[in-house]
Amino acid sequence: METTFDFEKPIADLLMQIEKVNQVAEKTKVDMSATVTELQGKLEETRKEIYSSLSGWQKVQMARHPDRPQTLDYIQMICDEFVELHGDRNVRDDKAIVGGLAKLGGHSVMVIGHQKGKNTKERQFRNFGMANPEGYRKALRLMRMAEKFGKPVVTFVDTMGAYPGIEAEERGQAEAIARNLLEMSVLKVPVICIIIGEGASGGAIGIGVGDKVYMLEHSWYSVISPESCSSILWRSWDYKEKAAECLKLTAENMYSNGLIDGILPEPLGGAHQNPTQMAETIKDQVVKDILALSSKDVKTLVNERIEKFCSMGVVVE
Amino acid sequence: MAWFKRDRAGINTATENKKEAPDGLWNKCPSCKKPLLKSEQIENKYVCQYCGYHLRIGSAEYFSVLFDDNQFTELFGNLRSADPLNFEDTKKYTERIAESYAKTGLNDAIRCGHGKIEGLDLVIACMDFTFIGGSMGSVVGEKIARSIDYCIEHRLPFLLISKSGGARMMEAAFSLMQMAKTSAKLALLGEAKLPYISLLTDPTTGGVTASYAMLGDINIAEPGALIGFAGPRVIKETIKKDLPKGFQTAEFVLEHGFLDFIIDRRKMKYKIATFLKNIL
Ligand SMILES: [Zn+2]
Repeated sequence: METTFDFEKPIADLLMQIEKVNQVAEKTKVDMSATVTELQGKLEETRKEIYSSLSGWQKVQMARHPDRPQTLDYIQMICDEFVELHGDRNVRDDKAIVGGLAKLGGHSVMVIGHQKGKNTKERQFRNFGMANPEGYRKALRLMRMAEKFGKPVVTFVDTMGAYPGIEAEERGQAEAIARNLLEMSVLKVPVICIIIGEGASGGAIGIGVGDKVYMLEHSWYSVISPESCSSILWRSWDYKEKAAECLKLTAENMYSNGLIDGILPEPLGGAHQNPTQMAETIKDQVVKDILALSSKDVKTLVNERIEKFCSMGVVVE
Repeated sequence: MAWFKRDRAGINTATENKKEAPDGLWNKCPSCKKPLLKSEQIENKYVCQYCGYHLRIGSAEYFSVLFDDNQFTELFGNLRSADPLNFEDTKKYTERIAESYAKTGLNDAIRCGHGKIEGLDLVIACMDFTFIGGSMGSVVGEKIARSIDYCIEHRLPFLLISKSGGARMMEAAFSLMQMAKTSAKLALLGEAKLPYISLLTDPTTGGVTASYAMLGDINIAEPGALIGFAGPRVIKETIKKDLPKGFQTAEFVLEHGFLDFIIDRRKMKYKIATFLKNIL
């Protein structure tokens, strides 16, 4: 069954109304097409209105929609010849981050991303997209390989955060993320990052330092999840909606604050309503960027990337 | 990625424990509860002379412990926080900052100084936990970035003393980006072949650990310091199990290979200077 959020109820209501009118028309053989057309017009309007004015918390819900396309979906839709590569060559293969070499619009690229899983079994297998240090170290291994062979890196960010566990701490979760931040900032190939769903804190930016960083229209990206923010600042889980507003975590907020390079529009109603269209939008942008970024000499590329992140922050002097 | 309160002794510079004695100010050691005279504290580098407990101190004390004759030039001291997101939780961010100015006399959660350690020039950046839990926002990121630029320009080694609950939530994604910013600058410091020592003190967690604190040419820590990525409470809630004894202490982190050594504050200056003289 399709997941419908509270704020989508007016849409569901209209759809039901149209359905009813159609049934009546069928039964009574009365032409009711005018009514149906009118309702459909209203439906279209309502949809546009709702999805263009989602609150922070509603965006968070959209970003977590169970049918929302994930990294492997996008790889399958926009890449050819994907060869998945496993393991950090040290501890194990982390299933919460996937990666491999593929063809994208004629270019060989290294694609890396969080994978949350689609059903209960998959989600457990993928640890809900919450990586351990091995995931970040696998990602780094693949990025270094890309650098060695001069291939651009494309990352898909979609995580509730890096996994907070005993073994994660023992094996240096913090060090793994920190190392990636440092290495990605000076990687000698183009890096393009796309927040496709959730971008929560260190676990997100751990594969999120790029020449170009985009957010899908209904994704979110911040330093903490609204729930945890609520729990810490309000000492209660009840302020997640307020926290989502305060954090300014939407793509629009992030773009207007100069913290991302662009917003990729989603199909009406969200990426899950038309994954193919979403995938095309992503592919077009990535191909355009690969061409533009590949034409820069390496020194300029890296300097501009460092400069971009170093200009972020607001201080008073 | 947030600061948190620890129930354990020593989290607060408990003002109620601060007493005026006939021969001067004294505190109770949070660990062994014995009274420590202010003069004794200074003499012992703020380490309890009875049980070795390292009192939680700020940048002023660390500078006095490390810089020769406590002489240094403060760098970028005028930088202060803005409120780019108009953040308000139970209190306005601007109010929180104003209160912290009044309470601590500091301009933000980090101070940077250029001075000498046993005759050797270096820059020390030191976080202050008393300023909004030592949280890392734009000012912390910017002062670290500028300190590194300064080190590269003047060919100086860099020592950063971390003491933080992580990123500053009231600057949300701006805080998050300071992780990338400081790490990128450290990459440049590395390319300039200038040494970076990261000293982790109690506590160092969240986005601070997951960026500059773990990126030293050497990472060192004070005994008993809490060091981790996720806070213990978050981990406990996630795994629904009690945490092993000594989990996320400096000793634990050393054992797992992420620290080069643990150093008693009373021997810290000599050991850091020795390392720097050998590597330069
Ligand atoms: Zn004591």
